[in-house]
Amino acid sequence: MDSFGSDFSSGAGSGKMDTGSIMEQVKVQIAVANAQELLQRMTDKCFKKCIGKPGGTLDNSEQKCIAMCMDRYMDAWNTVSRAYNSRLQKERARI
Amino acid sequence: DLKVTYSGVAADPQLQQFIEVESQKQRFQQLVHQMTEVCWEKCMDKPGPKLDSRTETCFVNCVERFIDTSQFILNRLEQTQRSRGSFSETMSD
Repeated sequence: MDSFGSDFSSGAGSGKMDTGSIMEQVKVQIAVANAQELLQRMTDKCFKKCIGKPGGTLDNSEQKCIAMCMDRYMDAWNTVSRAYNSRLQKERARI
Repeated sequence: DLKVTYSGVAADPQLQQFIEVESQKQRFQQLVHQMTEVCWEKCMDKPGPKLDSRTETCFVNCVERFIDTSQFILNRLEQTQRSRGSFSETMSD
């Protein structure tokens, strides 16, 4: 991310940032980056699922489909996260 | 003691520890994003009012097989490299 590099180096260059506030800022930026990543992928997937032929407006049934798709995408994300996590636990236990 | 990093920042051990942990978390999250996208294509038909159990099972299997695939490919490449000894040369050509 652009803002990551510039903020980080300008903060360090001034020599006024302590470790705590650097960590705080990095955490916020990571959270923002993750939200953007999710938003982008979700928009892409739900557009594909719900918009057949783009019409003059986003009609009611399309909006309903998008709302449902968003919820299912979150479910899917959480399911994948849990499955990956338990796989990691299993592999750690095996070693 | 302080260690100077590539950007010229004198990083204290606490900060280095923090960066290590956050990087690991970020690698995890990135792979979750990637696998969600890949498995969504494989498993999701029309989004319904609920994630049904069949679809959920598909997602779990998809994650397991994706990781298996990644490990299989890594292992096979390693074997190829070991038996031929020329793989790295082929790659760098």
